[in-house]
Amino acid sequence: MKFVTEFRDPASVAGWVREIAHLAQRLDRPVALMEVCGGQTHTIFKHGLEALLPETVELIHGPGCPVCIMPRGRIDDAIALAEQPGMIFATFGDALRVPGARGSLMQAKARGADVRVVYSPLDALTLAQTHPDRPVVFFGLGFETTAPAVAMTILAAARAQQANFSVFCNHVLVVPALEFLLQASGLRLDGFIGPGHVSAVIGTDPYQAVVDRYQKPVVVGGFEPIDLLQSIWMLLLQLVEGRCAVENQYHRLVKPEGNSPALAALAQVFTVREQFEWRGLGSLPRSGLAIAPAFAAFDAEQRYCLPSQASEDSPVCQCGLILQGKLKPWECSAFGRGCTPDHPLGACMVSSEGACAAYYKYGHGGPRSPMAAPRRFAEASARPPLQSELAR
Amino acid sequence: MCLAVPGQVVAIVDGDQQLATVDLSGVRRSVSLACLVTPDRPIEQWVGRWVVVHAGFALEELDVAAATETLTWIDRLTTPA
Ligand code: SF4
Repeated sequence: MKFVTEFRDPASVAGWVREIAHLAQRLDRPVALMEVCGGQTHTIFKHGLEALLPETVELIHGPGCPVCIMPRGRIDDAIALAEQPGMIFATFGDALRVPGARGSLMQAKARGADVRVVYSPLDALTLAQTHPDRPVVFFGLGFETTAPAVAMTILAAARAQQANFSVFCNHVLVVPALEFLLQASGLRLDGFIGPGHVSAVIGTDPYQAVVDRYQKPVVVGGFEPIDLLQSIWMLLLQLVEGRCAVENQYHRLVKPEGNSPALAALAQVFTVREQFEWRGLGSLPRSGLAIAPAFAAFDAEQRYCLPSQASEDSPVCQCGLILQGKLKPWECSAFGRGCTPDHPLGACMVSSEGACAAYYKYGHGGPRSPMAAPRRFAEASARPPLQSELAR
Repeated sequence: MCLAVPGQVVAIVDGDQQLATVDLSGVRRSVSLACLVTPDRPIEQWVGRWVVVHAGFALEELDVAAATETLTWIDRLTTPA
């Protein structure tokens, strides 16, 4: 696949692994780097990249999976919407199996709700056009990558005066989550691999405040193995040279100023909420989007009466700590026992980008065990096993 | 969720709606170019270009020269193994 397979080339992967090892040696201290986006987490597990890294370089999996950070109360609201009389409730497939207090959207569908999976919010608008006599709500969720698609769709709905269409808006913002991790959570981190597709929209400039305020380097990175390895190398180089800056590994897509038509649509259609609740992180100031008053006719939260009740996560589920990077999936007592992708207890096991699901799918053994990584790039990872691994 | 895939714009579907056909490694989809079309870059100018697609929208243009640069960067580093 053009612009994909080249970025998985084993010889080049081996080269980057060698360069990373060289820098880690020069640095001579353990470092913890967070990949922010769930898509990057998925790549890391799928290609077994963790096993290729030196022992001193630890990857912490960040909160950048919008399905995983959705609090249960919002899922309950989505189900309440789906069960409105006559309703067609359109959603991305990722959100179908997230458990709420009354089960998941999938279970609501089994009970008779008309829940439809769409590929694009535009498909939901088309549903509204083909079913003019029925209300259609689209479940808007995602970071700044997805929010422009929803904003553009609301603009198209407004132009078409599509009165039976509205959006249940749950969009969230990346930078407030990073600030929370650096400020409140007390997580020890040496740098961030920034989320490439969010940054295609917002640009690299918004990270400058994080760098200035917290003195942590940010390298905006792509989603293929070479992108991630190169981003790790760029972060290590900054640490070796004692620099702290925003850098852009994903410059084939990301511009410093971002995408101006997308940003203009976001500014026109959405306002920033004073507070938004994140699963595992709590209520974060100015971290979520709501539909602006001018587009209130397309705001499902205003059109329908929602229960909007907070509901507690399953007591055994440790998603909160997983999302804050403080716990690894295999350290949760339910991992692989009570909680599997078929029967998820928490959202981190639902989305393929959740750390628990990615880890379940691609490795079962434990940290850096021989089973933990498929070793796609075996030639690059030829290091003798550690005592701790042999003991397991 | 934030997955986005590269594809090449092959034809215009509807200029007013800013819809184009994009070839995503052999799969052709109708994709909105609303995030890319500007007065100085009208939709006709996008045919043949590479874009990255997410949730039915082309998110950004893929800079082919920058992609090549990323791939050849390792060749310039000469750390002995
Ligand atoms: S393994 Fe399951 S129960 Fe444990 S933290 Fe992950 S999602 Fe929650």
